[in-house]
Amino acid sequence: MHETDMTKALILTVRDWWEAQPKQPPVEKVHLVVGQFTCVEPAGLQFAFDAQTQGTFLDGAELVIRETPLIAFCLTCQAEYRPQVGQHYACPDCDAPMVEIRSGRELKIDRVEYRQ
Amino acid sequence: MHQTFDAALEINMLHANQAGADYNRSHFDRWGITCLNLMSSPGAGKTQLLEQTLAALREELNIAVIEGDMTTELDADRLRQHGVPVFAINTGRACHLDAKMVAGGLHRLEQDCNPSEFDLVFVENVGNLVCPAEFEVGEHAKVALLSLTEGEDKPLKYPIMFREADCLLITKTDLAPYLDVSIENIIANVRQLNSQVKIIPLSAKTGEGLADWLDWVRAVVKARSQVTPVP
Repeated sequence: MHETDMTKALILTVRDWWEAQPKQPPVEKVHLVVGQFTCVEPAGLQFAFDAQTQGTFLDGAELVIRETPLIAFCLTCQAEYRPQVGQHYACPDCDAPMVEIRSGRELKIDRVEYRQ
Repeated sequence: MHQTFDAALEINMLHANQAGADYNRSHFDRWGITCLNLMSSPGAGKTQLLEQTLAALREELNIAVIEGDMTTELDADRLRQHGVPVFAINTGRACHLDAKMVAGGLHRLEQDCNPSEFDLVFVENVGNLVCPAEFEVGEHAKVALLSLTEGEDKPLKYPIMFREADCLLITKTDLAPYLDVSIENIIANVRQLNSQVKIIPLSAKTGEGLADWLDWVRAVVKARSQVTPVP
């Protein structure tokens, strides 16, 4: 379950930010961006976050995950397309391999919402 | 009344691991070592491939192995019989090696040996087609193995591994006569995801294709030694 390890790293990163604030504010939401073309399962992150934040400065904070779709760009057709993950990745029009990925590889702690 | 504020962090979730991987790579570079990360599902033949590789290359290259094994030293013991240092990392129930675990192996290499005498370190990752692909350990190239018995559709189902690989070994080709699996179809599926990857079908049992793999390893080590002058 690498979602557990990733959540640990996520909490440490947010804590670094939180401790650097002049007055440690209550955190309401942590926003993530998770691409469809990654090895990360959002439900796993959600579960690990709820479990691991209990009794910490993030207790009660909400984890908001925005998923981004896999979007590739075909260099031959000069057009974006949406590969069918698990089934087909080459360009549906010209069959060129998926080279450039425009969206779907994100694994990002985007922003934190806090009260003051 | 309270106000809600926003703080933009925009930090990669794998940031900590990435920093660890850069740390490992800088050590490999300083010592003039090329590091290859071997990844596959359990039972695809990583250990047997390594056995054949060590037997073939240990006279011409100084090799060490960092071995990620779930709970036992079985694989490490097999490799030690080839007379190279093997550092087993007991990963417990972890599903992949991360940069920090490999750093542990690096420190043991530094303690027990003179790392500057080595040319090549193989990292044998935990058998898993999913997460090892996302966790860099400081390698210079990623090698994925897919055995014929796993079927043609695996590259499509586990795309990140095959997208990230620099070299793909299609293993156990000696079983081809007994299986309804086409190597051409596997290659076509991989090519959808990765137009650059070097693909080598081989059998560690019969030795078919092994020479191509050894040549690829030699070429990577040579290319790196020209980029990074060994002090």
